[in-house]
Amino acid sequence: MSTYPDNYRYTKEHEWVSVEGDTATVGITFHAQKELGDIVYVDLPKPGLKLSPGDTFGSVESVKAVSDIYSPVGGEIVGANPALADAPDTLNSDPHGEAWLVKIRLASPGEVDLLMSAEEYQAYIGS
Amino acid sequence: MSEAAALKRTPLFDTHHAHKARMVNFGGWEMPVQYRGIIEEHQEVRNAVGIFDVSHMGEIVVRGPEALQLVNFVTTNNAAKLQSGQAHYSGLLYETGCFVDDILVHKVSETEYFLCVNASNQDKDFAHITSHNRFDCEVENAGPRYAQIAVQGPLSPKVVNRVTKDDISLLRYYWFTETEAAGFPARVAHTGYTGEDGFELYVAPKHAGPLWQALLAAGAGSGIAPCGLGARNTLRLEAGMALYGHEIDASITPLEAGLAWIVKFDKGDFVGRAALEAQRSAGVKRRLTGFEMTERGIGRDGYEVRIDGEAAGWVTSGGPSPTLNKNIGLCYLPAAAAESGRPIEIVIRDRPVAAVTVPTPFYKRPK
Repeated sequence: MSTYPDNYRYTKEHEWVSVEGDTATVGITFHAQKELGDIVYVDLPKPGLKLSPGDTFGSVESVKAVSDIYSPVGGEIVGANPALADAPDTLNSDPHGEAWLVKIRLASPGEVDLLMSAEEYQAYIGS
Repeated sequence: MSEAAALKRTPLFDTHHAHKARMVNFGGWEMPVQYRGIIEEHQEVRNAVGIFDVSHMGEIVVRGPEALQLVNFVTTNNAAKLQSGQAHYSGLLYETGCFVDDILVHKVSETEYFLCVNASNQDKDFAHITSHNRFDCEVENAGPRYAQIAVQGPLSPKVVNRVTKDDISLLRYYWFTETEAAGFPARVAHTGYTGEDGFELYVAPKHAGPLWQALLAAGAGSGIAPCGLGARNTLRLEAGMALYGHEIDASITPLEAGLAWIVKFDKGDFVGRAALEAQRSAGVKRRLTGFEMTERGIGRDGYEVRIDGEAAGWVTSGGPSPTLNKNIGLCYLPAAAAESGRPIEIVIRDRPVAAVTVPTPFYKRPK
């Protein structure tokens, strides 16, 4: 089993958010990658895209299926992980670390506090 | 849970749980889609040997003095050419020339033919065949009498031979034999749906569990591992094999699907013949074509295909090819545009992404 970092926040759509200053790093959870299976393709936005909470900003594809990724927060994309284009399987091996998806400059940093804690998320997924 | 409770289960259901399989609804059956990972399972079959529970597949038996006449009337291939112990791929068609199903026909004896059909089509196929039965023979919907285990991969002959009473190493491709496997009566066919060497074993449902365990034990030194329907799909796609509901269905003819080779016009009358002859003389308007993505993206089932910016066809199956490390697929295109090497675009979430048509199969096993 993977550990869910205590300093991350989590969504019901199985994303994690880590905040430093006014910037959030967003990824998918260990549980999400396990449910998806082998991840073979990641489609991420270019910097500058403005997002409201719940907007779709990209997709993650396993061998069998396409899953949209929803922004857990509002703000502007300021970076996307360039390594995932050539190594999408990193999302299976290190979803909480190396395989972060995007960085978002937060419109309202307090929004993150509404998301689940590590403990709440693990209760949510029943692990 | 109430939906899951209504799904049919194979005799190996508990075994899949013990293997920690992920189960999905496949055509009304609760089936393992993967155990360890689709790509890993795919590569095990290409490089060594994998074992699949395909007990959801349907079986129909035609027996009686005129069994051949009925089989030849409802199928497209020429069953009169089969010898006892030989099998072939064939089509069941409507009068429209379009598919009821694609099937394997095994000639058991002069008076008995054994058909392996798609799980979700079993009842429809049985009704269809029965409706054309004006011959001196009976048709049995035999699915409940059979479990089916597929052993596929270059090491499969070695593994299967360890559990069979008779030596199956001399069994030619698309031949089968009645023997014992792990001590149980079994029909062992040198057939498969992976593009790899392999065998399909038909046994009574109560013998499926012990046979599965015996095959795992026999293959332990060969690296045998259970594989799910996810890998079965990526394997068959690389081999360019049709899947009912994707490449073929009640709106598609064998001539369009690249399956003219299973249509034998010289064998006499059969259901769908007139429509196919008309299509052949009028010219086939669309053809199944392979493609590979040349830009980043995966073309999937149902996506629109464009040529020169205009809608021209649709993807029937698509996904990553673990063997070729490319994103591949099959699509229907206008016949005039279906030659290989043509640049096309697949519309992926409203965005046209470049691809090129290529010949199939994408993968051919080394001889």
